[in-house]
Amino acid sequence: MAERIKPAEKFKRERTPMKEQAPLERIKNFKEVPLGYTLEDAIAEAQRCLQCNPAACIAGCPADVRIPQFIDKVIDEDIEGAFLEIKKTNALPAVCGRVCPQEDQCEGACVMEKKGKPIAIGRLERFVADKARELNLKDAEPTRNANTANKKIAIVGAGPAGLACAADLVKLGYDVTIFEALHKAGGVLIYGIPEFRLPKSIVGYEVEKIREMGVKIYTDYVIGYVKKVDDLVEEYDAVFLANGAGAPSFFGIPGENLKGVYSASEYLTRSNLMRAFDFPKYDTPITKGKKVAVVGGGNVAMDAVRTAKRLGADDAIIVYRRSRTEMPARAEEIEHAEAEGIQFELLTNPVKVIGDENGNVKALECVKMELGEPDESGRRRPKEIPGSNFTLDVDVVIIAIGQNANPIVARSATGVETNKWGYFVADEETGKTTHPKVWAGGDIVTGAATVILAVGAGKKAAKSIHETLSS
Amino acid sequence: MAKILKKEQWSESIFSMLIEANEVAKAAQPGQFIILITQESGERIPLTIADASPEEGWVQIVFQVVGKSTYELSLMNEGDNLYSFVGPLGIPSELEKFDGKVIMVGGGIGIAPIHPIAKKLKEMGNHVVSIIGAKTSDLLIMKDKMEKASTELIIATDDGSEGTKGFVNQVLENYLEKEKNVSQSWIIGPPIMMKFTVQSALKYGVKTFVSLNPIMVDGTGMCGACRVTVGGKTKFACVDGPEFDGALVDFDELMSRQRQYVEEEKEAYHMCLNERRA
Repeated sequence: MAERIKPAEKFKRERTPMKEQAPLERIKNFKEVPLGYTLEDAIAEAQRCLQCNPAACIAGCPADVRIPQFIDKVIDEDIEGAFLEIKKTNALPAVCGRVCPQEDQCEGACVMEKKGKPIAIGRLERFVADKARELNLKDAEPTRNANTANKKIAIVGAGPAGLACAADLVKLGYDVTIFEALHKAGGVLIYGIPEFRLPKSIVGYEVEKIREMGVKIYTDYVIGYVKKVDDLVEEYDAVFLANGAGAPSFFGIPGENLKGVYSASEYLTRSNLMRAFDFPKYDTPITKGKKVAVVGGGNVAMDAVRTAKRLGADDAIIVYRRSRTEMPARAEEIEHAEAEGIQFELLTNPVKVIGDENGNVKALECVKMELGEPDESGRRRPKEIPGSNFTLDVDVVIIAIGQNANPIVARSATGVETNKWGYFVADEETGKTTHPKVWAGGDIVTGAATVILAVGAGKKAAKSIHETLSS
Repeated sequence: MAKILKKEQWSESIFSMLIEANEVAKAAQPGQFIILITQESGERIPLTIADASPEEGWVQIVFQVVGKSTYELSLMNEGDNLYSFVGPLGIPSELEKFDGKVIMVGGGIGIAPIHPIAKKLKEMGNHVVSIIGAKTSDLLIMKDKMEKASTELIIATDDGSEGTKGFVNQVLENYLEKEKNVSQSWIIGPPIMMKFTVQSALKYGVKTFVSLNPIMVDGTGMCGACRVTVGGKTKFACVDGPEFDGALVDFDELMSRQRQYVEEEKEAYHMCLNERRA
């Protein structure tokens, strides 16, 4: 068992690095890029934790993970203890350990962050979750409670918000059913985030654990068509809407319907959910461009461009209208992309997609931009430089500029107010909507955001549903 | 998982299946579609609903073997389970009791999706004139069901082996030449047939609805693969359709987009046939 080191030593020691697949190697496969900590790495990192009380990192975590407590158990090599500590509040630790923007959350709040070397909480969470999976550790048993067991909760969408809400409610003993439109549960974790960032077997495992806790998950079940939200309100004691943003935005520029133009959602869904990267072993095809332009600067754009590279593109290019400092993608994602040879056409915006005689993409006409005064988001507003048009020769164009609200669920929900963009209006702290039996959370409330914010919204809704139903 | 209750082969390449899907059957309305996957490695195949029985809990699908996925579906048998079956999807047809006659034109495999619309319109008390056509008599499907769902039934084949010789759009024009009391029409079939038949109907000032079958993935508005241009605007066929005003549809773009994966589809089908032979 490893020792506790002295505070002075904690400050001296550097952040423990995590091994990665080398860039030139990894662009040839879809395997995960970071390889995870060994037990020695994890202990060395865990020893650096100052064990603050109160802990700023917990306050920074939307899933309220008891971070110092689980880290302390890692030092003792008590994997089960650490796992149960995390699982008390977070049903998706292997997912969150990989895809949370920790630098903005727990690690951003870490006292050691002031020294420029916050505790690698994400890596430790991932380590514990992966080890627990290897050891096939069991979760704590859900509470048996006669007061909650006869109360039925319906959840629309098996993405991070829906799964987190379901896990918290089933732990309290509720009878929970999730309705999922796709043929697999996981939402964006399954169709959106690529295998090389989040292996699908890991998502499948954590979903299975939630099922084992007693949550019923009906896949291939589209609320809005098979049943209305109005029906669920009749049949259940509470309804949580977590169906995701789910309708891709396009520019509306000429040529956007040419063959070879994809929304990032389609491109990623083909590759991730339908496993088009493994065509023809899997039946879903995808156009493997030699020169691929991805328009956008967020995490989804990075996922798409790195997927294109792995599908064999010689040139995979990010086209973004602002400069690198304004890019909304995580720094880590941009760095990974750069290491993989992704090119960046910054301060550039598309004006037209140009096709050949068969209707296939052959080029993207762009215009150079410059940054003007800050807009309402505080970022400097880009404006076109007249006459600066140029073309990029590409055969695939992927549009990754965000999402609109998908109307299917909302149009079947009487009395649940939506805002002018079609998103549900819900209280930020409780997820309560304008209907007394309906809660909502995740991207269908906020617009496209992060996995962890969706997890947080699911947990807040679970808490509020419990308070309402038990009062 | 959804069980195949009944399978019939209607021609060399056309099959019908009744799929056990209680809740889909209960919710299904004319004009809607389903998406199925045969096995874990399969792709999502959208098919318009040909018929449904809420009492017996089945949905009928009709498909033609055109590539690997439909070929593999055709090899499945009664008692087998589809890996996935989801629906009903899309906006139902807007049906009412019209003053004049309504005309249903179904070409080839498009007769299947025309059927539930005709059936419902007739139930609502409409005078339903159906014009159904195929290349040849052997490929003409659902004659009995269409007979029941129609007030008048006109049959056409390209080679004259049954009914009138010629294309359905010509038969439609001949009909409209004599009959002026027509309120609306539905035209469903291959895009090229819909394109020309819509033109024929418009010559006589008859409003048309068509059901579009672009390439889809999720079928719930999430991916935009199925975008079509209607009245100069981009629409998603899966959630804004699949039915649209025929006069406004850019059929040439639809046909071009349907061919996006021709090479990949050929490769997959070829490999699959070779494996089956080996």
